Amino acid sequence: MDARESLLAAYEASKGQIGLGDSDRIRTLRRDALESFADLGFPRTSNEDWRYTSVSKMTPLEFKRPSSFQPDGSASTELQRLRSVFLGGTAGRMLVFLNGRFLPELSSFNGEMPGVETLSLAAARKSHSDLVEKHLARYATLEGRSFSALNTAFHEDGAFVHVAKDVAAKFPIHLVFVANGPERPMAIHPRNLIVLEAGSSASVIQSYVGLACESYLTNVVTETVIGENAHLEHFKIQQEGRRAFHISDLRIDLARHGVMSDCSIAIGGSLARNDVTGNLRAEGAECHLNGLYMVTGNQHVDNHTTLDHVSPHTISRENYKGILDASSRAVFNGKVIVRPDAQKTDSVQSNKNLLLSENAVVDTKPQLEIFADDVKCAHGAAIGELDEDALFYLRARGIPRAEARALLTHAFASEIVDRIRWDALRRRLDGNISLWLSSSSSEAQEVS
Amino acid sequence: MEEGSTVLERQKQIQELTNRKYDAGFVTDVEQDFFPKGLSEDVVRLISAKKDEPDFLLQWRLKAYRHWLRMTEPKWPNVHYPQIDFQDVYYYASPKTDEDRPKSLDEVDPEILATFEKLGVPLNERARLAGVAVDAVFDSVSVATTFRETLAEKGIIFCSFSEAVKAHPDLIRRYLGSVVPYSDNFYAGLNSAVFSDGSFCYIPKGTRCPMELSTYFRINAADTGQFERTLIVAEEGAYVSYLEGCTAPMRDKNQLHAAVVELVALDDAEIRYSTVQNWYPGDKDGKGGIYNFVTKRGKCAGPRSKISWTQVETGSAITWKYPSVILQGDDSVGEFYSVALTNNMQQADTGTKMIHLGKNTRSTIISKGISAGRGQNSYRGLVKVAKGARHARNYTQCDSLLIGDKCGAHTFPYIEVGNPTARVEHEASTSKIGEDQLFYCLQRGIKEEDAVSMIVNGFCKEVFKKLPMEFAVEAQKLLGVSLEGAVG
Repeated sequence: MDARESLLAAYEASKGQIGLGDSDRIRTLRRDALESFADLGFPRTSNEDWRYTSVSKMTPLEFKRPSSFQPDGSASTELQRLRSVFLGGTAGRMLVFLNGRFLPELSSFNGEMPGVETLSLAAARKSHSDLVEKHLARYATLEGRSFSALNTAFHEDGAFVHVAKDVAAKFPIHLVFVANGPERPMAIHPRNLIVLEAGSSASVIQSYVGLACESYLTNVVTETVIGENAHLEHFKIQQEGRRAFHISDLRIDLARHGVMSDCSIAIGGSLARNDVTGNLRAEGAECHLNGLYMVTGNQHVDNHTTLDHVSPHTISRENYKGILDASSRAVFNGKVIVRPDAQKTDSVQSNKNLLLSENAVVDTKPQLEIFADDVKCAHGAAIGELDEDALFYLRARGIPRAEARALLTHAFASEIVDRIRWDALRRRLDGNISLWLSSSSSEAQEVS
Repeated sequence: MEEGSTVLERQKQIQELTNRKYDAGFVTDVEQDFFPKGLSEDVVRLISAKKDEPDFLLQWRLKAYRHWLRMTEPKWPNVHYPQIDFQDVYYYASPKTDEDRPKSLDEVDPEILATFEKLGVPLNERARLAGVAVDAVFDSVSVATTFRETLAEKGIIFCSFSEAVKAHPDLIRRYLGSVVPYSDNFYAGLNSAVFSDGSFCYIPKGTRCPMELSTYFRINAADTGQFERTLIVAEEGAYVSYLEGCTAPMRDKNQLHAAVVELVALDDAEIRYSTVQNWYPGDKDGKGGIYNFVTKRGKCAGPRSKISWTQVETGSAITWKYPSVILQGDDSVGEFYSVALTNNMQQADTGTKMIHLGKNTRSTIISKGISAGRGQNSYRGLVKVAKGARHARNYTQCDSLLIGDKCGAHTFPYIEVGNPTARVEHEASTSKIGEDQLFYCLQRGIKEEDAVSMIVNGFCKEVFKKLPMEFAVEAQKLLGVSLEGAVG
């Protein structure tokens, strides 16, 4: 039995448990999605969107549905520790999900934020059925995406965030997804829905952490709906376990003058695929995508972004940076589409990669598809190693080679991290980068 | 057994063809002028027999044909056209006889003559370009002969492909398919099986070719047919600059063109290859234009060799071509300078591939795409740095200019890097003609159309300056003519 068959069998087996509170629409959608997945199977490298990313490591596995949704002793202590690290002593809400299911006892709701509702999607199905019905699965269309189809068929829980009209959420909202279970390998399909009504603003931080060192699959779909003049600041910090597969599909729907600032940090996982699709469907919409990926060992990270300028006067800015060590591989595909009526579109995209090792490989494809004439679109990509002159400058001042390399690499990464205005998050990421560098520079030293 | 059945099959097929089209005793007569439509192994054999080719070439063609049968048409290019019926194409036609040609300029389409006028083509050349019978054209034969003598003195071989097959079979055998194997892609496979003719050029060791080589100077070069094959070999330290095409509009009754160009540069050699392509683009609604599916590739086989492609693509209904360089020798250099213009219903999917294999290899890509009318222009490029290609360097710039709100500009740059010492940079921008620039010109009494042409020429300057002098002047005028009707 391969992964596709095992997943289909798992669906059959859990029929009574998945999708109990579904509306008719969602029920039909699930069925269609399952059919679509059964039909498509896992993507192959002959598919242009998966040209450089092979999921062949995943396909022989027999994925199971997680059965345990309570942390055992050691996991519980670890979660307490993470909690203090993530919140960093500041107020804010934190929703913890274990194996894709909401864990209220570890979540915290300190910090008053009237008009801001944060709950599990499973609970929202009952308490906010109208909103869920209005938005869920309206944006994440399937279009031949097998993993999104898989999520749509299998999703059980996830986060639901709703910010009422003209409300500014004071504190960041943390969504923490933890994987730890006896099943191996297990497949987790979190589904998140973030809705910002007109004139509102909020910061949402999604963190993915793996406590298990076994291989598992996190296959998440997040839909963000940003109303008129609303502003969402969104972070996704992916630190899955070393043997994990992380597949993510983020959809952004932007109304008139809506603004999205997204930042995606990918450090963990053995295979990580990150799809971000921004639909700038109304005038004045603005979408900022920033990303940082740091990989080493045999890690493979793939970032696919699509910015679809549908309406005139829309703005997009994209900056993805990557650091690759050992035998890692990174893929970047940034597509910018300017539709025939989207005049005055202003788009800038950049992808820069730093190679620290002889065996690292980068495949990048910044892609433009433009059907309107009065537009400003630029994109750039660069791949290279550390600047010899800068390295020389530091070494001439007595800084050892390894330290100088780490310093310069850190500086390369900090362009993305320094922009984060939440101190706790920035400190945490800075720490992560330093840790990553110290562990990978020791490998580099051995080589040189 | 198998061979026996092939022969039987062949005879049977020929019999059928005979009965259908030519009642007057058409057997295996290799003297005929054209074969019926369609492609089969027999047609390949007949082409080869007709050209009196040595066995190795026939075998190569047959291998190519058999491989081609298993290949499928590429669907990935960003172009749209009705399915081509490859059995509805003539695969061999001997050069036109003078009787088919217009007798004088009076018989030539006045539209073409008007374009000549705009391009400033000298009077005595118009006739040749319009395909008037050679006898009626003054003098070009004697000019070509003089050139040919100069080249022969230096030991440079420059002749048609068929001549080369007869006179220098060893060279052909060594280099044919060494850069573009028949298995490379669908159209290269087709070309390998049925190629009609083309140019062969060989520059011996340490020789600098004293003039720009061009098919223009080659006797009987006019009708190389739709499956052209060109092979240029530069030995150690040799230099050659080759020009292909011309700026005058070329009419051709064949809609499908699948050419292959192979360049080989050995140690310290340099090849510059310039193309101006202005095939018939079809009418305003895109009817009847040429499909130009070309495979062009050069191999910098030796250290310090250099290959430079310069192209100005203004014609054809569909252009599908990626002049590429395999940078195999250490310190070798590849360059690609391109201007591609699409107007009306034209579609272009063009770009380059730079494959860095050797150490310290460098490549530069400058691509300027201009879309007007309802034209769709795509840049598709690959920069690949192999694991061992230490200190490879690439700089890519692809700019698009949009004129009008119904056209499209697309970029698909693939960058694959497998070595940390590589430096690869890619920049692209898309913009329209600046209102302020246009206003500045209009204010000074320059007509809008002239102003646009001037601005577009400025946009393409980086590429034009890489063209040989006289070509550059013509290319500038050509852009102006091709853009006619795009503004206002």
